[in-house]
Amino acid sequence: MSVAKPLPHDAALLHVTGQARYVDDIPAPAGTLHLAFGLSGIAHGRITDIDLAAVRAAPGVVRVLTADDLPFANDVSAGAHDEPLLADGMVHHLGQPVFLVVAETHLAARKAARLGRITYDELRPILTIDEALEAGSRFEEGPRIWSRGDAATAIDAAPHHIEGRMEIGGQEHFYLEGQAAFALPQENGDTVVHSSTQHPTEIQHKVAEALGLPMSGVRVEVRRMGGGFGGKESQGNALAVACAVAARLTGRPCKMRYDRDDDMVITGKRHDFRISYRVGFDDQGRVQGIEFIQLCRCGWAQDLSLAVADRAMLHADNAYFLPNVRIESHRLRTNTQSATAFRGFGGPQGIVGIERVMDHIAHHLGRDPLDIRQANFYAPAGDQVTPYGMPVTDSIIGALTERLARTSGYHARRRAAAEWNAANPVLKKGIALTPVKFGISFTLSHLNQAGALVHVYQDGSIHLNHGGTEMGQGLFQKVAQVAAAGFGVDVSRVRITATDTGKVPNTSATAASSGSDLNGMAVKAAVDTIRTRLAEMLAQEHQCAPGDVRFADDRVQVGGADYAFEEVVHRAYTQRISLSATGFYQTPGLSWDRIRGEGRPFFYFAYGAAVSEVVLDTLTGENRILRTDILHDAGASLNPALDKGQVEGGFVQGAGWLTTEELVWDDKGRLRTHAPSTYKIPACGDRPRILNVALWDGENPADTIYRSKAVGEPPLMHGISVLMALSDAVAACGDAYPALDAPATAERLLWATRQVEVDEL
Amino acid sequence: MSEIAFLLNGAPVRVQADPTRTLLDWLREDRRLTGTKEGCNEGDCGACTVMVTDADGPKTLNACILLLPQLHGKAVRTVEGITGPEGQLHPVQEAMIAHHGSQCGFCTPGFVVSMAVAHKLGRQDFDDQLAGNLCRCTGYAPIIRAAEAASDAPVPEWLDDPLPEVAPLPFRPETADELADWYLAHPDATLIAGATDVGLWVTKELRNLAPVAFLNGVRDLRGVAVTEDAIRIGACVTISELGRVIAPHFGGFAELIRRYGSVQVRNAATIGGNIANGSPIGDSPPALIALGAVLHLRRGTERRSLPLEEFFLDYRKQDRQPGEFVEAVTIPRQPDRLACYKLSKRFDQDISAVCGCFNVTVVDGVVTAARIAFGGMAGIPKRAAATERALIGQPWSEATISAAQAALELDFTPMSDMRASAAYRTEAAKGMLMRYFLQPRPVLEVGA
Repeated sequence: MSVAKPLPHDAALLHVTGQARYVDDIPAPAGTLHLAFGLSGIAHGRITDIDLAAVRAAPGVVRVLTADDLPFANDVSAGAHDEPLLADGMVHHLGQPVFLVVAETHLAARKAARLGRITYDELRPILTIDEALEAGSRFEEGPRIWSRGDAATAIDAAPHHIEGRMEIGGQEHFYLEGQAAFALPQENGDTVVHSSTQHPTEIQHKVAEALGLPMSGVRVEVRRMGGGFGGKESQGNALAVACAVAARLTGRPCKMRYDRDDDMVITGKRHDFRISYRVGFDDQGRVQGIEFIQLCRCGWAQDLSLAVADRAMLHADNAYFLPNVRIESHRLRTNTQSATAFRGFGGPQGIVGIERVMDHIAHHLGRDPLDIRQANFYAPAGDQVTPYGMPVTDSIIGALTERLARTSGYHARRRAAAEWNAANPVLKKGIALTPVKFGISFTLSHLNQAGALVHVYQDGSIHLNHGGTEMGQGLFQKVAQVAAAGFGVDVSRVRITATDTGKVPNTSATAASSGSDLNGMAVKAAVDTIRTRLAEMLAQEHQCAPGDVRFADDRVQVGGADYAFEEVVHRAYTQRISLSATGFYQTPGLSWDRIRGEGRPFFYFAYGAAVSEVVLDTLTGENRILRTDILHDAGASLNPALDKGQVEGGFVQGAGWLTTEELVWDDKGRLRTHAPSTYKIPACGDRPRILNVALWDGENPADTIYRSKAVGEPPLMHGISVLMALSDAVAACGDAYPALDAPATAERLLWATRQVEVDEL
Repeated sequence: MSEIAFLLNGAPVRVQADPTRTLLDWLREDRRLTGTKEGCNEGDCGACTVMVTDADGPKTLNACILLLPQLHGKAVRTVEGITGPEGQLHPVQEAMIAHHGSQCGFCTPGFVVSMAVAHKLGRQDFDDQLAGNLCRCTGYAPIIRAAEAASDAPVPEWLDDPLPEVAPLPFRPETADELADWYLAHPDATLIAGATDVGLWVTKELRNLAPVAFLNGVRDLRGVAVTEDAIRIGACVTISELGRVIAPHFGGFAELIRRYGSVQVRNAATIGGNIANGSPIGDSPPALIALGAVLHLRRGTERRSLPLEEFFLDYRKQDRQPGEFVEAVTIPRQPDRLACYKLSKRFDQDISAVCGCFNVTVVDGVVTAARIAFGGMAGIPKRAAATERALIGQPWSEATISAAQAALELDFTPMSDMRASAAYRTEAAKGMLMRYFLQPRPVLEVGA
């Protein structure tokens, strides 16, 4: 059967030969125009004048648009209607689009876009968490607070208590393909849009609003993205809408792609957080009561921030049972890029918070942090519930961690690191094991639905379509394997086609790790429908039950007869049996009240753990990851090769977030790290030289597609092991707790080593 | 105007173009060869990597900051030309599929080209060879596995390109004399060698650079001469070439060069450019200053030489007259006591926050000479004069180092920026001095 096979990505051959087409590679008709935004040069202010004479006079410029020129809705928000395509009187962050240049070439548009003269009544920008708190600048009326038990009393009554605070930086997605869109005007005002987006239906929706059309007048197609990571869930709206509007106004195809610097200055990033905690625990380090305050910097528009902040709260427990808990979450509005979805969607920040607490407890008690973690794990029995009242019935974290500790030689290596540190004054080693428990499902429950469209042609070839988008994660390949398994045919018979709102409507974003769970099930439903029709046809002919018809190895066997698959298909065609079907899936059993923080937001949890060992140079703070071992739970993997790829890649991306990837804004709100020259994602040499990745061998107890588990986001959190290993190395420099902020750049690490020495005195 | 002529994927092409048009834009927009991707348009991500063969052999370059005249007389292969003429896959392409080396696939063509060039050159130091290619999906491990798996396969014969015979271009001098005359007549011109910096003036600052002269055809600025007394390096020697030449003489300098940009950047950038642009964070000047290098300048027929540290006057201000250009730099031969420490946010392919270069002579346990220079600590690459004074004549001891560390604060008042704070720069510079002390150079002399 094609599921569970480690087959290559369906587009691997196209990737390596340069034939894989991304939006900007689609051959454009003659006369295609190119777009660029003119951007706000200040972080906050009222626009008093926009002088575009020089822009209009620039070579190659066809048209220049401001908010006043837009024919219909001026909104590219994900739902809150607070994000104009072009600034409408006010600017709210440095880099906000103010006007749109339509020109004959990409370069002409970029050059002209710099010639606009915008004058402002400048207002004082709110840039930092502290400034936002002080000004009361926030989304929602006040903090969200979820609690269970009496945390304050439990903390005070516990034998030990500590408190602390941690800054956690944001992260730029740095998808290698920048944002891009391409709109082709059709007859009757209709529009076709090619977009590099994780959310074709939202693009369709926003374009329709901007053109004054019903959604049926807009078709959006996405073959693939050159990386998404959440950065293309809502951030592609502006480009697609700009292209569609410009195409409508000029009657010509319009294309837009951001230059990398524009991309980084305009689009949102991972939310940065400050997390404060107060925790009471017993002599074994078991948490008795805990309070978190999560301060979340959302940027200027709401975007997906409420859901992101919710998910940070939902992961404040990670893999640990917290008997008495209070979580307070502030969603702060600042004059910076509107922070958005990024792999993990708030979960990673929440998990960093509790992992920090575990580490701090261990330091306080002078114990191995792994002991503390294990003492707090959710029991496998299923009688413990999360802070939001969901029983954890599928916990394998204890067994998984035990196995990883054994296979990685954790305890022996921890002893060896201690010996090394005793003998070496300059280079210090650190090692840490961190677990992950990640909730799978959109917390906005209605999004947990998916559709599929499957055609079998009369020659036996299969056309596969579903609502998920391909951003490199291998979703199309996995789902094709599901389809092939259903028909009992080789996967080469399945033609994977571009995501298309004209084929499958009303799709959810490919996000929340849900792609294969949702779309795999929807495709299976469509395949089952067609297969049942074929089986019923043969069963009638052979006077047997449809269940006795067997589809395998590109053959169909029934009552001793053995047909080629295409032979059966052709017979069904001639018998006028429909060979096309839609499939639909909705995740069962979800109920969630996000205001009270109670219910069952998740279908199940995905688990994993990582051990990282690092070495730190205490003269400068420079460091290397020496080795990482990961054991990850993908359930019964649909494709172990692709799943391991997600684990390896997610780990490195997570490690980058917490080490070298530092976003720096100046006091005017200008992002100073706006290109790869200044913003440093991991390079080849940053990966651990020894990286052992294994998949847990259990299947998902929840009834998912072939008992697999979602795998997109959870592995990102394995990067936390690197941060904690670095903290461990710093701890070897003195007696005080390192209290390391993230990202743990060499600079922060050097100061941390000095701090633990000073505190020792 | 003459035409720019080169081979593209084995076929001759002639181009009439604005001399500052990038190869990447031309490939994608004019030739519809869209396998070569734009990831950053500043030479930092490698998605646009192409293979360029010249008289020195094949090399990788970033097409986004490669201007068409730089290709005159050379052979270019894009990812489309890494595949064989009948569609045969290159061994690295097969290995990338087999080892799951692509996910989103956008960086993949650049990786494939870098891997194919490394494969052709027999290089197996993949972490260095691929440091200039960023991937956001895979975490690199499968790509390295693919590179290793392909390394023993034979090199496909279709990658061997003959070099085309070409006519001179008016803005591309072929001798230093020709350049000197032209530049004297056009002192406002932009001289372009590797375009790793100038390329960004085009792609990011959107500047018009005319008039321009391309230096990569100037034969007599390219050589390296090693004599008994000195190593003389022509201004147009690339950083890659410098690394190869310097390694047997100054291992620490070669190690610093290994972390200078990426392979693609080192293959384009020149030593003359790295000095002449006067960046406070260029990596070769501190090392050259620590080695006592002498700079040779030329204006028309006039030539002058000066210690390199005297060339840098103030932030982005150099002791260079209109029409004057860097002809060469000379390093005096000496025992190798040099150590270079580059501190950057990311280890590979990053710009230095601090680059410290130390060249201290210790005789019988006493410091007899010291040349110490830093990048990133001031508006210019700068010698640490007070630090040197604190060392010279003193015993080579921890106490002396402590005193010298204090002196460092007299030498420098660095700035804070997105790479590092001023305090950290100072602290790290002190740490580097201690590191130099703790890691004695192999040639420390004991006894006269």
